[in-house]
Amino acid sequence: MTFDVHKIRNDFPILGRNVYGRPLVYLDNAATTQKPEVVIKRIASYYENENCNIHRGVHKLGQMATLAYENARKTVQQFLRAKSSTEIIFTRGTTESINLVAATYARKNIRKGDEIVISAMEHHANIVPWQFICEENQARLRVIPVTDKGELDMAGFRSILSEKTKIVSVNWISNALGTVNPVEEIIQLAHHYGAVVLLDAAQAVAHMPVDVIRLDCDFMAFSGHKIFAPMGIGVLYGKEKLLENMPPYMGGGEMIKKVTFEKTTFNELPFKFEAGTPNVEGVLGLEAALQYLAGIDADKAADYEDQLLAYATEKMLETNRLRVIGQAKRKKSILSFLIGDHHPFDVGAIIDHLGVAVRTGHHCTQPLMDRFGIPGTVRASFSIYNTFEEIDILAESCKKAAQMLD
Amino acid sequence: MTIKDKTNKVTEDFNQFDDWMDKYNFLIDLGKNLPVIDSKYKTKNNLISGCQSQVWLHAAYLDGKIVFTADSDAVITKGIVNLLIQVFSGHTPDEILEADTDFINTTGLKEHLSPTRSNGLVSMIKQMKLYALAFKTKTQQE
Repeated sequence: MTFDVHKIRNDFPILGRNVYGRPLVYLDNAATTQKPEVVIKRIASYYENENCNIHRGVHKLGQMATLAYENARKTVQQFLRAKSSTEIIFTRGTTESINLVAATYARKNIRKGDEIVISAMEHHANIVPWQFICEENQARLRVIPVTDKGELDMAGFRSILSEKTKIVSVNWISNALGTVNPVEEIIQLAHHYGAVVLLDAAQAVAHMPVDVIRLDCDFMAFSGHKIFAPMGIGVLYGKEKLLENMPPYMGGGEMIKKVTFEKTTFNELPFKFEAGTPNVEGVLGLEAALQYLAGIDADKAADYEDQLLAYATEKMLETNRLRVIGQAKRKKSILSFLIGDHHPFDVGAIIDHLGVAVRTGHHCTQPLMDRFGIPGTVRASFSIYNTFEEIDILAESCKKAAQMLD
Repeated sequence: MTIKDKTNKVTEDFNQFDDWMDKYNFLIDLGKNLPVIDSKYKTKNNLISGCQSQVWLHAAYLDGKIVFTADSDAVITKGIVNLLIQVFSGHTPDEILEADTDFINTTGLKEHLSPTRSNGLVSMIKQMKLYALAFKTKTQQE
């Protein structure tokens, strides 16, 4: 397998478009990734040839669609190297996956005085659901501090951990800083105290190999749209014995065994957590995305992305008064920065008109921005289809913005 | 000058530039020249919600006219606020309440700013009109 960025770019139709009469330089992959033709075609062909409600009915289309859907579940299982496809629950995304665990596992198991540990660099989706549960169950939310370099303070983590810790939920790669967190160590430490660990892998799955058994995480959440798949589809991985003991999340069709007005019994895994008609097109799109990725040399792709990030960091530092926010030793894909005291929206608005798409703001990590005393950052986030030339355009645009704002 | 005259002038000034880089330069210059708000008015209560950057707006009522001062931590936003202050400041509550705000469309401001930013623009105008309503009501009660 080779890695040819120009061939890859050709696979993504949207990359050929212009904005404001200039070529689109799409550097907002942490927000969402673009989709290859095969994923777009898979969705269209599903509706053209196969559309049917699944797990129901005896007709041919129904059987075919059901088979395709369940095969896709197996593809995801293999992608995560999970033990069984019953451990793969399809959700709408990382946010729903985390809410599911909070609303079922945590609600049932967290007692008054227990502690849930998150970190100061979490996305709101990995803060708010736990706040709900702590309030409801009178538990305490503990927060692992973040160092000035944007790394987790592991000594701080060790001092927070205790027998009261029941859940640890952290991101693998920070969406605001690009920091790669030492999740293997976090999981080991948490397990030592009998706590379960949920990994927010939303940013990680497109950039790191995943092996849930080797990691030994108890839950993992990710979103399809951050790994070249459609929006509206995500995955919750959970160890089977944990999922078995969790009460259902949403009630309705599919997740039941038998319904009477006296009593309703629930379906087995994974269907217990998949109420209602699923996002079949999303699931098939996700499978097509994972299959597309399997055709690319993962090591070479990771290497290329690391080179992009290193080049971007070096090139951007040529801009006067550039501040890189997030200087962890281990980073992936993301360069968050500020130019002097200029507000990130001012920089982002100007470079937007030069065709460069980045994200500005708090990146749904307001506590982290408060910790650094900044209103937000400008965030460039790279993917396998970005080029060094695009980074040159980013750097030139930022220099122009700095000139205009100084 | 009436508010209508002022909005015409603002539209003319802004539309003399075709290129958005030039428009941004114009806004940045305006931003650097914004009549500065007294720091004692930069309070939570004076923050305009619906803006991505922080925007403080203060209104004083002098001789039947409203005088606005403002600040923001983003300079393009300051430029936009300055445009609005140029249009609305120094007028009576009724003049402000009756003012036509179509210039946000004719200047292309609403269309070309990002949706979040143009929402901020709409929020600022709304706040200015609320101040006008408040002062009008207060005066009528006295």
